[in-house]
Amino acid sequence: MFRIKNKFNAERDISGCGLCGIINAKKVKTNGGDIKRAISVEHDRGNGLGGGFAVYGNYPDYAELYAFHIMYDNLPAKADVEEYLKNNFIIEKEEPIPTFRTSKIYDHPYLHRYFIKPKSDRPDKLFHELGDDDFVVNSVMLINQNYDGAYVFSSGKNMGAFKGVGYPEDIADFYKLEEIEGYMWTAHNRFPTNTPGWWGGAHPFTLLDWSIVHNGEISSYGINKRYLEMYKYNLALRTDTEVITYILDLLIRKHKLPVRLALTVLASPFYQKIDKMDDDKKELFTALRQIYGSALLNGPFAIVFGYSNGMVAMNDRIKLRPLVAAAMGDFTYVASEEAAIRAVCPSPDIVWSPKAGEPVIVEFEEKNIPQKGGLISL
Amino acid sequence: MTKSSFSNIQSEYLALIDHNKCVRCKRCIQNCGWGTYSFGGDKILADHSKCVACGRCYTYCPEGAISIVKNPTVLRENANWKEGLIKNIWRQSETGGIVISGMGTTFKYKKYFDHILLDACQVTNPSIDPLREPMELRTYLGKKPSKLDIDFDETGEPILKSKMPPQIELQTPFVFGAMSYGSISLNAQKAMALAARALGIVMNTGEGGLHDDLVPFGKNIIVQVASGRFGVHRDYLNSGVAVEIKIGQGAKPGIGGHLPGEKIGADISRTRMIPVGTDAISPAPHHDIYSIEDLRQLIYAVKEATDYEKPVSVKVAAVHNIAAIVSGIVRAGADIVYIDGYTGGTGAAPNIIKDHVGIPIELALAQVDERLREEGIRNEASIIAAGSIRSSADAVKAIALGADAVAIGTAALVVMGCHVCGKCNTGNCSWGITTQRPELVRRLDPEVYGERLYNLISAWSHEIQEVLGAMGVNSIESLRGSKERLRGVELTDAELNALGIKHAGL
Amino acid sequence: MITIDAAGMHYKELNRLIREGIEKGIRKFFLENVNGQYYIGDGIKGDDVVININGIPGNDLGAFMDGPTLIANNNVQDNVGNTMNAGKILIKGDAGDVVGYGMRGGKIYILGNAGYRVGIHMKGYNEQLPIIIIGGKVGSFFAEYMAGGIIVLLGLNDSDEFDSEYFASGMHGGTIYLRKKIDFSKYSKDVELYEADENDMNFLKKYLIDYTDSFNISSEEITAKPFYKIVPSSARPYAHLYTSA
Repeated sequence: MFRIKNKFNAERDISGCGLCGIINAKKVKTNGGDIKRAISVEHDRGNGLGGGFAVYGNYPDYAELYAFHIMYDNLPAKADVEEYLKNNFIIEKEEPIPTFRTSKIYDHPYLHRYFIKPKSDRPDKLFHELGDDDFVVNSVMLINQNYDGAYVFSSGKNMGAFKGVGYPEDIADFYKLEEIEGYMWTAHNRFPTNTPGWWGGAHPFTLLDWSIVHNGEISSYGINKRYLEMYKYNLALRTDTEVITYILDLLIRKHKLPVRLALTVLASPFYQKIDKMDDDKKELFTALRQIYGSALLNGPFAIVFGYSNGMVAMNDRIKLRPLVAAAMGDFTYVASEEAAIRAVCPSPDIVWSPKAGEPVIVEFEEKNIPQKGGLISL
Repeated sequence: MTKSSFSNIQSEYLALIDHNKCVRCKRCIQNCGWGTYSFGGDKILADHSKCVACGRCYTYCPEGAISIVKNPTVLRENANWKEGLIKNIWRQSETGGIVISGMGTTFKYKKYFDHILLDACQVTNPSIDPLREPMELRTYLGKKPSKLDIDFDETGEPILKSKMPPQIELQTPFVFGAMSYGSISLNAQKAMALAARALGIVMNTGEGGLHDDLVPFGKNIIVQVASGRFGVHRDYLNSGVAVEIKIGQGAKPGIGGHLPGEKIGADISRTRMIPVGTDAISPAPHHDIYSIEDLRQLIYAVKEATDYEKPVSVKVAAVHNIAAIVSGIVRAGADIVYIDGYTGGTGAAPNIIKDHVGIPIELALAQVDERLREEGIRNEASIIAAGSIRSSADAVKAIALGADAVAIGTAALVVMGCHVCGKCNTGNCSWGITTQRPELVRRLDPEVYGERLYNLISAWSHEIQEVLGAMGVNSIESLRGSKERLRGVELTDAELNALGIKHAGL
Repeated sequence: MITIDAAGMHYKELNRLIREGIEKGIRKFFLENVNGQYYIGDGIKGDDVVININGIPGNDLGAFMDGPTLIANNNVQDNVGNTMNAGKILIKGDAGDVVGYGMRGGKIYILGNAGYRVGIHMKGYNEQLPIIIIGGKVGSFFAEYMAGGIIVLLGLNDSDEFDSEYFASGMHGGTIYLRKKIDFSKYSKDVELYEADENDMNFLKKYLIDYTDSFNISSEEITAKPFYKIVPSSARPYAHLYTSA
């Protein structure tokens, strides 16, 4: 029997893991074969209780619409959710997510996708003025919390998450990722440590265009959660990944911090280092810590997150989790283990290990040259 | 009305002298501030009725000839008519007075800190070695904006758009609680000032003004404005790193204070800016604060007088509706809220208040933190928790329950030799702490006890680092408000709910 | 000299202009169209600084003030001269409640009436002698816990009986002068009432002249009648209230 929601009596759901990501800065697309091969090298980092992928650029025909991927464990739940969607969204297209029989994945939820945009005369307009993105966030939280048997696991534009309980290579076959094309991929292999696997809890965790894969257990989860709750985030999943996603959403989308600065909140420099900075910088970084101390991710983590402008990979500020990066032409690869990269790119131009807390940021288009954070200071 | 000096009250302690060991050096006579000892021609005599078990005499007896024992003469035991109750009836019938004493309540209420356990990492996330890896305790007290506003300089680098509101920088999340010159001696204040400077933390003047000798310690001092306004003037407000408006104190919520005229010597008179020998009365309320909007008025009067350069703290006692009260204080513009639990200390307070008014700091803190978060204003003010923080464990638990820092008062006095005898109100403290008698004050060497205070706070800070390391975090801000790292034992559902923590095992 | 039109101005801005002006060496300020701005004169220094206020200044006028002179040409609100250290506040109209709370020095002259709790916890210290002179009448809790300084209640404008209650309750320092004899037994057990003698009147005279000069009124009329003086019975009114546990 599969589960789509976390019904286990645990304060939080934590896991060890493997991860990788591939991005082409010029938005040249590749199919899911590479990412599957890469993550399968990290097979032993998971235990078969969660695998997943995020792909960007896979829905060019519906690029302006929010693509909701929803998993259901019963059909009445589907009817209820669709009722909600019809009342609040214009549904341009809806269809089952194509899945394929494999020998490994036999129990699975019913998976459906919807290409939608919020109605301009939706009922909530009577009470407040929410932008479309905020309304989508609220809707995702509402469905995930209040609609038993339904779980939205992807809600961004021109991107999608494909995940489930199983090893990632089997999940890739289940969704036949070789037939999907995108210019950025992330993947995750999960080793849950205090709950059995559940479909919604597999990574990537996504919200709007954010997708996060993550390795490690955040020791500061308790205060990170309470901090986000103050800003009305509903942490229904009780996972670290959810916390990271919401922090990024708060800092980058709502507080409008530049990505690089937002990342220094997650893995802030130590005061010892801040005190040695020149005055302007010292003031800025001290203020960052004063204001966002509760958003510091303390403890071991490596994350890869994708968003509409590119991809970021980074680890914690004392480097308790592994992260390797490599570049080959316009492609940048990141992974928990170098071998995962070598499996799809045997001779990269350059391979490096990012320093603690220093992000690798690759953005699309204009610059064309990936900024290899941590490389310069090696 | 006193017709007879005969008292029913028997000595609480006996000061026993082993005359075989005693060498008649008379140190005990000198050391006892209470006049217990006298010389009877050939041997030391003890008036047991004067002994308060302050421990000074036997600590300084070179021969170990003195033992202080509880008077074995019993009052017939009765669980209902307890000894203290009977004695108070006698005491009050003999004097007609309100019973007062120093320090915190001696009642045996449940201490919640002792029913809370901490978390640690095992396998799934690593603990961190605090001795060899960075472990940050630095804490900033003051209003934090909810978000950072940035600009970009000519090179495109982000810079701060607007200055941060003023903050107090603490190298470790401790402050010394407010204890005025008058309630304690100047040497006791100096010891704290020396320690605060060495530690990179702050002490608090209390409501008795700022003595000239402490002016050079301004960067490590919070100046207090209480209802008596003693020594409060423009320059005083600007002489520390912050200004604290004292509304209440855990040991005596809702009532004022009263430093008796005999303690107002020339030096205290100068510091409090009142005449020698006059009673220093602190009214129960601030007479410019009869409502929450008046608090706002005073907060901003202070901010105007300090050109918005000093954070303003508001100190309140933990009382029943504390969460709503603190929410109001934060919305009134306080940058820091200091919450003092009912077990907090005092120089003098009526026992009726001390023993029966207020609530525990643990519950107050948990509720306040929760309420401020619910309202989305937790960032608007820092919280200092106080009310008998007895160890670094209490401090860690308070911080996890939501405090930014903790204040210590009684513990600091214990460093200076205090045996918590609770007689601070009498002004006879043999240790030179809560007295203004020059021969007693002189024996408290600020340098010696400044160093011991430094040692204590350093040791407690290391202990906090040990706990952080075990929890797998390397910065105090990852512990602050992290109730998830706490579990309760031997607590009811109602208590767990009020604390916002789970029972151990869950 | 500078004139500031305070119409619609927030107190923070108005007081910043005053502070910056003093910093630049301006000594005379004319504030026009003041209406409710708090904290005028709060925490400022400079014995030669004069601020002339047209309109109704807000609460805490002259709080923590240390030297300057404030002239209010109309009524003022509550908490005038709160914890004031030095300087002078002239009020040509009435004052609100809690005048001169905790005041340690300086002068507050009120031509009209004042509200409740005038001079509460006022204290003197060394040469610092705070003085409040009220031309009209006052509300209850007058001079509560008074610890020092001088309060003069002239009662110029009403011939009625002194009607405030809880007069000088807890007074333990300072002196109150009244221009009207009252039946003191009705008011307070903590104080004693005497007829002011020649020494007292000589002492008072310079302040009364300063007062009448400030408002351009005749001093003869005021000193024509005898004055009464009120002093505390004890500097330690609560000495026997407590017993040690």
